[in-house]
Amino acid sequence: MRFSFVSKEVGNGLRRNFTMTVALIVSVAVSLSLVGAALLMSAQVDRMKGYWYDKIEVSIFLCGNTSVAFTCTGAVTAEQRTNIETVLGSLESVQEIFYESSADAYAQFKEQFAGSAILANISPDALPESFRVKLDNPENFEKVAGALQSVQGVESIQDQRQLLDRFFQILKGLQSFALAIALAMLFVTVLLVMNTVRVAAFARRRETSIMRSVGASNMSIRLPFILEAAVAAIIGSTLATAGILASKYWLIDAKLAPNLTFIPFVTWSEVLAIVPMLYLVGVGTTVLAASITLRRYLKG
Amino acid sequence: MINFDNVSKQYKNSNTPALDGINLSIEQGDFVFLVGQSGSGKSSLLRLLLKEEKPTSGTVTVDGINVAKLPNRKVPAFRRTMGIVFQDFRLLPGKTVFDNVAFGMEVIGKSKKEIQQRIPAILELVGLEEKAHRLPSELSGGEQQRVALARAFVNKPKLLLADEPTGNLDPSTSVGIMKLLDRINRTGTTIVMATHDVAIVDQMRKRIVQMENGKIIRDQERGMYGHTGQ
Ligand SMILES: Nc1ncnc2c1ncn2[C@@H]1O[C@H](COP(=O)(O)OP(=O)(O)OP(=O)(O)O)[C@@H](O)[C@H]1O
Ligand SMILES: [Mg+2]
Repeated sequence: MRFSFVSKEVGNGLRRNFTMTVALIVSVAVSLSLVGAALLMSAQVDRMKGYWYDKIEVSIFLCGNTSVAFTCTGAVTAEQRTNIETVLGSLESVQEIFYESSADAYAQFKEQFAGSAILANISPDALPESFRVKLDNPENFEKVAGALQSVQGVESIQDQRQLLDRFFQILKGLQSFALAIALAMLFVTVLLVMNTVRVAAFARRRETSIMRSVGASNMSIRLPFILEAAVAAIIGSTLATAGILASKYWLIDAKLAPNLTFIPFVTWSEVLAIVPMLYLVGVGTTVLAASITLRRYLKG
Repeated sequence: MINFDNVSKQYKNSNTPALDGINLSIEQGDFVFLVGQSGSGKSSLLRLLLKEEKPTSGTVTVDGINVAKLPNRKVPAFRRTMGIVFQDFRLLPGKTVFDNVAFGMEVIGKSKKEIQQRIPAILELVGLEEKAHRLPSELSGGEQQRVALARAFVNKPKLLLADEPTGNLDPSTSVGIMKLLDRINRTGTTIVMATHDVAIVDQMRKRIVQMENGKIIRDQERGMYGHTGQ
């Protein structure tokens, strides 16, 4: 099979089947955009996880005057405080320990809620003093909690990770939803490819039967159909890629990142890593669907 | 070259066999007319040679190859050793005469250079060198059949199968096609041609294999259509 001959046949085929080709390109573009969006979301979640889990702390709140926990007998004493710090220091997974006094906590609080009415109702005493502990791995929270649970002077232990986990669970739900729609669209694309190829094979049955009778191999009879589908898939994948890159440039970089400075967004290299996947999925699915259809409709 | 050994063919949705115990041997360079009434099994016999169908029993060998046992992937290469001509020409309507003949070379991977060299000669052989750039719809039936013959012969096959190649042509045009087939035969190509055309068969005086209800009822060298024996 010579290249010029094949490319001529492919061009003819695509033009003859113009509306179907357009439908196929659009379908590939839409489904791959969704696949791309799902992949982008997953990269985004990974990035946020990496960033925030790194900053996660465990807070060990110490007893105040009004505490009712069984480990509290009035406000924490200096002795208890030293003891707690020693226990923390002896734990393997603890990397850093910061002490935050009630006054520090109040100062922080004031900064965060500046100008809010809540401020008037809160006195420095109402905010408990605490140890902020950084773990080598957030998974080790249970160990730390176990070691400190019944130590005198500890009122409560709070894991920030729980809050984040809930947030990430919601994101994961959204991500699965996007992926499910993407898969449904891919399925529609597969059906469309099958139908397009079947119509094309039917329209050209005369040609293919002549090719067969002059001894063309199955491969060279099927190749133009497969290449036609592949060309449509490449165009569709390119559109989807353009959409993904555009959303990085105009949505994430231009709109979201400047306004949501506390969220780390996916980088260009992470976005670009998605591109080959899109082409692979787009062209792979299409070529596979086309080949299977041809096996059935162009028997040798 | 071709050998049928007790070959029968029973189509699935039919209750009488299309071919019934066929024994037939054709040598390299032979010219054989396959005659008989409609439905007697001529096309079926040709289809077995192409491996378009498989025999229900018996063996068909072409050039020492047991056709039924030929693996599917080898069928294309096998078909390239033969040329095929049909009653309805089977030309590609969107392609010129030149391109239709070139198609037969392109699909088997011949280079542009080979194609450019070979086609003028073959078009001259069939007398269409002047009409190389016409479309099939701009040709008469006889001219179209000559294009089909050019395509079948362009790769110099050892065997040429023709199923009623003159079926749609008037007598004088048919004579032109037969002259062409005779010339091709003289180059050493074996020709098996199924036909109803009494005039042609009688005129050519070639071997005649006559079929009836799937059986061979006559096999005669230099025969005439209507006459049994000399
Ligand atoms: N695909 C098929 N399925 C079932 N029966 C078939 C099929 N092809 C042919 N037949 C039957 O086999 C018998 C022989 O058919 P065949 O086409 O070989 O005849 P033929 O001699 O070529 O006739 P004609 O001169 O009309 O072309 C006929 O009875 C026909 O109905
Ligand atoms: Mg017939």
